[in-house]
Amino acid sequence: MAEASRPMSAEHHAAVPLWRDVRILRWFFQIAILSLVVAGIWVLARNLVTNLNALGLSLSFDFLQRPAGFAISEGPVFDSRGTIWQAYLVGVTNSLRVIGIGIVLATILGIIVGVARLSNNWLTSKVALVFIEVIQNTPLLLQLFFWFVLVRSLPRQRRDEIISIPGGDIRLGPVDIPPLAYFSQRGAAIVGVERHESFSAWWPFLVVGLLIAIALWIFWVRRKESQGKPPTGQFWLAVAGFVLVGAVGWLIVPGSPVKLTIPTLTGEGIIVNYEGGWQLTNNFQAVLVGLVLYTAAFIAEVVRAGIQAVAHGQVEAATALGFNRGQQLRLIILPQAMRVIIPPLINQYLNLAKNSSLAIAVAFPDLFNISQTIGNQTGQNVQIIAMVMLSYLAMSLSISLVMNFVNSRMQLVER
Amino acid sequence: MIERFTKSRWAIFVVGMIIGMIVLVACGASAQPAAPAATEEMAAQPAAETEQPAAETEQPAAMTEEAAPPVQTGEGTLAEVMARGTLKCGIHGSLPGFGFIDASGTNSGFDVDYCRAIAAAVLGDANAVEYVPLNADQRFPALQTGEIDVLIRNTTWTLTRDADLGLDFTVTTFYDGQGYIVRAADGFESVADLDGGTICVTSGTTTEANLADNFASLGLTYTPNVFSETPESFGTFVDGACDAYTSDKSQLASLASATDNPSDYVILPETISKEPLGPLVRANDSDWHDVVAWTVYATLQAEELGISQANVDDFTSDDNIGVQRLLGTGDDDLGALLGLSKDWAYQVVKQVGNYADIYERNIAPIGIPRAGTLNALWTDGGLMYAPAWR
Repeated sequence: MAEASRPMSAEHHAAVPLWRDVRILRWFFQIAILSLVVAGIWVLARNLVTNLNALGLSLSFDFLQRPAGFAISEGPVFDSRGTIWQAYLVGVTNSLRVIGIGIVLATILGIIVGVARLSNNWLTSKVALVFIEVIQNTPLLLQLFFWFVLVRSLPRQRRDEIISIPGGDIRLGPVDIPPLAYFSQRGAAIVGVERHESFSAWWPFLVVGLLIAIALWIFWVRRKESQGKPPTGQFWLAVAGFVLVGAVGWLIVPGSPVKLTIPTLTGEGIIVNYEGGWQLTNNFQAVLVGLVLYTAAFIAEVVRAGIQAVAHGQVEAATALGFNRGQQLRLIILPQAMRVIIPPLINQYLNLAKNSSLAIAVAFPDLFNISQTIGNQTGQNVQIIAMVMLSYLAMSLSISLVMNFVNSRMQLVER
Repeated sequence: MIERFTKSRWAIFVVGMIIGMIVLVACGASAQPAAPAATEEMAAQPAAETEQPAAETEQPAAMTEEAAPPVQTGEGTLAEVMARGTLKCGIHGSLPGFGFIDASGTNSGFDVDYCRAIAAAVLGDANAVEYVPLNADQRFPALQTGEIDVLIRNTTWTLTRDADLGLDFTVTTFYDGQGYIVRAADGFESVADLDGGTICVTSGTTTEANLADNFASLGLTYTPNVFSETPESFGTFVDGACDAYTSDKSQLASLASATDNPSDYVILPETISKEPLGPLVRANDSDWHDVVAWTVYATLQAEELGISQANVDDFTSDDNIGVQRLLGTGDDDLGALLGLSKDWAYQVVKQVGNYADIYERNIAPIGIPRAGTLNALWTDGGLMYAPAWR
């Protein structure tokens, strides 16, 4: 049989005409499509260059070294005599700040809401459901405006101004929890920590402390396991180790490496500003709250789906072994759910990064906002748009890279 | 069988989606020509009457003059506008007095009237305008890419913009200067009182850069709050989140006049910059540049000659040679040199008015008097001056 079929297939093969040969067709179509794409790009590029020349515009990036001539409301120190390139970097920094903080907060809130959605408690589950449905089904831009208007409707930022109403006096002014936090329509100022010069000598202690904490954790778990006991108490042991090393470092290093900064109201009369503390402008608050809630709603659904993807038998087995709800979630369900959760989670992180460009609507000076200003002051729109696209691309690819690494570590290792 | 059934269902689904997409795309594509077509019909009546003689007289002019004006040849904005039958005019969509939607739901304002004047000059119908509301960031790209024919949107004439944007400024239609508006209750009396304050400003404007210069030269500090849309920016100031809002003084007056209680706001006395506002066209399009510039000049020349929208018909039989040249009622056909009809300036004055008409209709109601300002006619001590009409 084998002998009979071999010559037949060879003959059959020889008889295939070129236009039906799969290998040739594959190459042909790939080359055809590639050349179409290249031709398309070439036509567009030529069109661009011709039209720019007709208008007397250039594609040079020299304008980046010109003085910017505009100020930026927040971010790294920048004044209007800085170059356009520096202004652009301020925008990048502000974007990274809102994306970085946003991703952390959205993940935490998303996991909480996602777990709450599956709670047996009727109220908890329904509150989570309403949150998810309302946030997911309204446009993000609208939500940003909503939060911005909400922040702006707080009292004005000014010194005490008491008005009397029946039933008592009301103090108009920032909503204060002195001296910890001040909230006004301009923004919030809260107690924060500030680095001092000796911080550079102190942080190695923190790193060592962290390593020691991890080592203690592993040691304690192994010891308990070898004794045949359930591993408990490793968390507090690790914290104690970390604090101990940090405290030793604090005593060795001259002066205090970090200290609290407390916001204080400065200025007399109508214009008063907060100095010190961590300052969150109304723009930043609106962007951050909007992005975090919006992304958290989607992450919550991802988490819910991931948890539900873990077979119910796992929970039953864990219950049979005497795990309580918290342990089941932490030790049995989440580690398995993670494998399902992480790939869509990467998408949500990317969405958050890209949605951060909506910050322009609430005047947060992010990358996109500043690039719009630059484009307008200089007219070099083609270059600016290209730079913005590359910047967002770099951010998104970095997030993908990190998350794909995490994903590859989390996936089931088959032996 | 089941598999084949689901496959064919998929095929039907996919084909349905594709057909749906094509229909949607086709609707989107046809929507744009459809709108001009409707206005074109309306425009056709007056345009046809006035353009007929122009077209006839144009032929010899084009032939004798070696360099034929690119009429109806598909080059140049003038030919494009004439072929399309509507003028695409970039305006401010929400600035009372300059470009906004008025109570009757139509675009109105000083800048809008100049769009109408250009349409009257080129197409013979002031209503043959397609308005494109733009924010400050969108305006230059919109003109650079040909989305609009002319940009008349409170745009300050600066060296950088003129030289670097691939655009040309034509004529100044309004001399303005930047100022600050504050709440009357706050008691600020000068810019120095704003030290350390928060200032709302609209992005992509000369204002943003002037603000930085002004505070730096006075040695004061401030926090900018930069919005892309004027209403958002001014609204944030009104809410109290900014101590002041800065822009051209005409704009400040206009925005304050639209608030619930205009007397709550005060414009500080300082004028910190020169802000000559006027129409822009794409660079290297001289014919179109001339048409836009001379349309503005026609409104000034008409005012200088005492011809207004109300009395223009009294001048059609006037034997003053200057009046005849302007209105095209004499032997000179100056319109043909611009590629326009003989009575183009008559149409501008008749349908839109002279400079004083346009000013009184739009700017006076928002509380900016004209007398004694740079916007008065040169004969009254202002800067409004049309070159020689011959």
